Amino acid sequence: MGKASTRAGSVGRSVPRLEGAAKVDGRARYVDDLSFPGMLHGRTIRAPHACGRLRSVRLGPGGLPLGLVVVGPRDIPGDNVIAVIEDDQPALAWGEIRHAEEPVLLLAHADREALFAVPAEVEMIPGAPVFDPLASPRVFKHIRIARGDAGAALRKAPVVVEGEYRTGAQEHVYIEPNGVIAVPENGGITVHGSLQCPHYVHKALCRLLKLPADKVRVVQTETGGGFGGKEDYPSVIAGHAALLALKARRPVKIVYDRAEDMRATTKRHPSIVRLRTGFSRDGALLAIEAEVVMDGGAYVTLSPVVLSRGVLHATGPYRCPAVAIDGRVVMTNTPPNGAFRGFGAPQTQFAIEAHMDRCAEQLGIDPVKLREKNAFRPGDVTATGQKLPKDTSALPVLREAVRRSDFHRKRKAWAGTGKGIGLALFFHGSGFTGAGEVRLASRASLELTAKGARILVGSTEIGQGTRTMLAQIVADTLRWPLSAIEVAPADTGLVPDSGPTVASRTCMIVGAILQRAARELKHKLGRLTPTQYLARHGALVVTKQYEKPAEIHWDEERYKGDAYGTYAWGCDVVELEVDPVTREVRPLKLTAVQEIGKAIHPGHSRGQIEGGSAQGLGWALSEEVVMRDGKMANAQLTNYMMPTTKDTPEFDVAILEQAYRHGPFGAKGVGELPMDGPAPAVVNALRHAGFDVREVPATPERLLKCASR
Amino acid sequence: MKTAFSTLALLRPERPDEALALLRDGPLTPIAGGTDLYVALNAGLCPSRRFVDLSRLKAWRGIAATKDGGLRIGALTTFAQIRDDKRVARALPALCAAAREIGGVQIQNRATVGGNLANASPAADSAPVLLAADAELELASTAGVRRVPLGEFFVAYRHTALRADELIQAVLIPPQPGPSFFRKVGTRAANAISKVVFAGVRAARPRIALGSVGPVPLRAKRAEAALAAGADLESAVDALQQDIAPIDDLRSTAEYRRFVAAGLLRQFWQQTGGRRPAPSRRR
Repeated sequence: MGKASTRAGSVGRSVPRLEGAAKVDGRARYVDDLSFPGMLHGRTIRAPHACGRLRSVRLGPGGLPLGLVVVGPRDIPGDNVIAVIEDDQPALAWGEIRHAEEPVLLLAHADREALFAVPAEVEMIPGAPVFDPLASPRVFKHIRIARGDAGAALRKAPVVVEGEYRTGAQEHVYIEPNGVIAVPENGGITVHGSLQCPHYVHKALCRLLKLPADKVRVVQTETGGGFGGKEDYPSVIAGHAALLALKARRPVKIVYDRAEDMRATTKRHPSIVRLRTGFSRDGALLAIEAEVVMDGGAYVTLSPVVLSRGVLHATGPYRCPAVAIDGRVVMTNTPPNGAFRGFGAPQTQFAIEAHMDRCAEQLGIDPVKLREKNAFRPGDVTATGQKLPKDTSALPVLREAVRRSDFHRKRKAWAGTGKGIGLALFFHGSGFTGAGEVRLASRASLELTAKGARILVGSTEIGQGTRTMLAQIVADTLRWPLSAIEVAPADTGLVPDSGPTVASRTCMIVGAILQRAARELKHKLGRLTPTQYLARHGALVVTKQYEKPAEIHWDEERYKGDAYGTYAWGCDVVELEVDPVTREVRPLKLTAVQEIGKAIHPGHSRGQIEGGSAQGLGWALSEEVVMRDGKMANAQLTNYMMPTTKDTPEFDVAILEQAYRHGPFGAKGVGELPMDGPAPAVVNALRHAGFDVREVPATPERLLKCASR
Repeated sequence: MKTAFSTLALLRPERPDEALALLRDGPLTPIAGGTDLYVALNAGLCPSRRFVDLSRLKAWRGIAATKDGGLRIGALTTFAQIRDDKRVARALPALCAAAREIGGVQIQNRATVGGNLANASPAADSAPVLLAADAELELASTAGVRRVPLGEFFVAYRHTALRADELIQAVLIPPQPGPSFFRKVGTRAANAISKVVFAGVRAARPRIALGSVGPVPLRAKRAEAALAAGADLESAVDALQQDIAPIDDLRSTAEYRRFVAAGLLRQFWQQTGGRRPAPSRRR
């Protein structure tokens, strides 16, 4: 090894997943598989009401088990906050209570049964909770985007269509619930856990524990899924375990069971979007006015950036000379809503895509033609003034999806049969919004090993194939076999901060940084093999930092400029039938055509598209978070209805590739894009089948209520 | 697991008489497949601390034809056995259809018909078929065996006629006078709890039963009477609305359940109206 290989590279081939065998045969160790000498179990005592003031927390009646460790707010060495964007969320609430899962006291004990048998009584002075986001007195973030004069354009437009669209909360249902183990060591703390963003947790722990960076270490354990649900929440549970561990001076494990995970951790933001669009008589889009309201829950957490991505996708993939978008994310007395695959974009694109079919109807224009007429072309300008790059693929994905699904024939043939076919056209910005990537200034390293090279990044493998994909990029850039590349554990004591594993950014952004590192490594090696180099020059680690492409500019104040480096594009066609007796909706087929720059690993890309589409169908049809008095009432998998294989249809997936000039091998993001399409495509197919539904999930109960057309 | 397992006691009799003697000296909570009990234990919602495991009572497991042409199904027979049994498929195909839609395959491998009835959930999937089939239960105790029509077994929400010292020994199904029909409407296509479950047997005096539309699985006696008296289908649909008392809950709404119950009655009547017995409908 070490010589330039003439064999075909691994990029574009579905090579075996690096950790696949270990996951199948059981060697992969998840957090609940781990144990440490003297380890205790932790338990979280939570507030009983959604809103009010905490009066007291009493343990007992009865004797408490010997060795019970108790942590309250006064035991917090640093700031009592979960550091994310704002400092409003306490690790342990002590005065004001803002939601019914608010942690107020922590317990730990070696015997789990004894721990959970301790009676705890929390007394509150209940206040008046707010659950309706439209009635919320507190706005966490307000964003306005304006292009041209939308008001004037609407007044002059020959055809104006209005509508309100709503989406519900969604639970991630990663296979493995949130869980961590905190181990006091080296005068600080090490946290092992199931998480997406080790450096986020690291930052939050330094703040909470008042420890210098080198005394806090966060190690990702093999992780059973995240979908955004392990972006910010692990900072909470890691903080709790660390507080207990530091007080007990022993390792503490907290692994939520499914019920606690569903009740206490984040959900997708519910949304209400009102749209007014103006058209010329022949269907040219003249103006879009959008009002976006998202339910942030009790604390700010990631809501401002979720709103940001939401409003930036609110026009859908359409060119429009006059745009006015007004977005707010507001407080309610429910547990904080957070990151979930798509991050605000599925909500706003649901609205615009459901709306477009209503517009087509009012204009008397075929929904495909209306989209063709208005879809972004390369060189078009977005609402923020971004001139779209060459890899703008709205038309190619639309045409291919229409062709593959035989859309027009079915649309005609199925009228009045109880079957329906509908489509949705969508896009998704790859990487952090606006100047986010500049602020992150991500770093990634390559270390020369005797065998080849080792990748050092904080980017996590959470089932999506990160390790394999990054190794493929590095291997092919070095022209080495894939077996020469290792990936170091995502351990903050070992790896640089390559940014969070979110926002469809890991391949496009971190992959590109690693590609630059690989080029430099190759250059430094010259003609030497790694073994020769190491023998002659000693250790070699190449670290590269994100570099903003020169042509990208973003003005955060005015919300103007290049919102994303580039976009991935998709068109979904959903075919379904509605049972006339029960109004049950049965998806028959989902055609997904998605343009992602380059499929580094086609199998995993297809997996993302099928999985994201299934998750989108669940959100569209059956997954409903039932809240009662601010608590999730259906926090069990028997009553929170994810689709099974009998509920998901045949998937016809086609991947298109239009290289992005700054992506590794042309790659853009694929993780979130598939979440954007299914819900509006379902609702549009239902419209075709005769149901005017503007809210998801479109449960049979909702279809019964909505006016049959 | 919210329940402290180390505090639980499990007795494991080998034969029915041992089990009944243990129950006489009770109180004990019987456990067969455990598919409902474990959910409650996991959530910490099962107050019982002493259990009697029935899984070794082989005598109560299995399906036999009776002399009158009916079936006798041991209470510990699993839904997998019922699902795959040719005699059940001939005598009461709706019961096979119900068994096929109870939980998933893993649940069907463990869950027993006796457990499903004793648990007395209003959403129990086997109950409406067995009610419509005019099934009877054999309830055993150390004092002997008594027969109770299933129609008298469900007393109130999650309460049955079973005494604390009794166990269900078998389910007796008489020969059926006409074709049977079953349809479960759940929260998804499989592995779901019923929002409405409907079963019917078409005959001169049709028998109709529903689940998830009242506090107990119930016979729709007004609708049955209307159809027996030759009323038109829509009058029977109106009568059915008097028979049922659905509520809004986590899984559905009263409005939806009434809509679906009406639609299923129509579907039952239309599908079983032909000369030949219509096969049970599968989704």
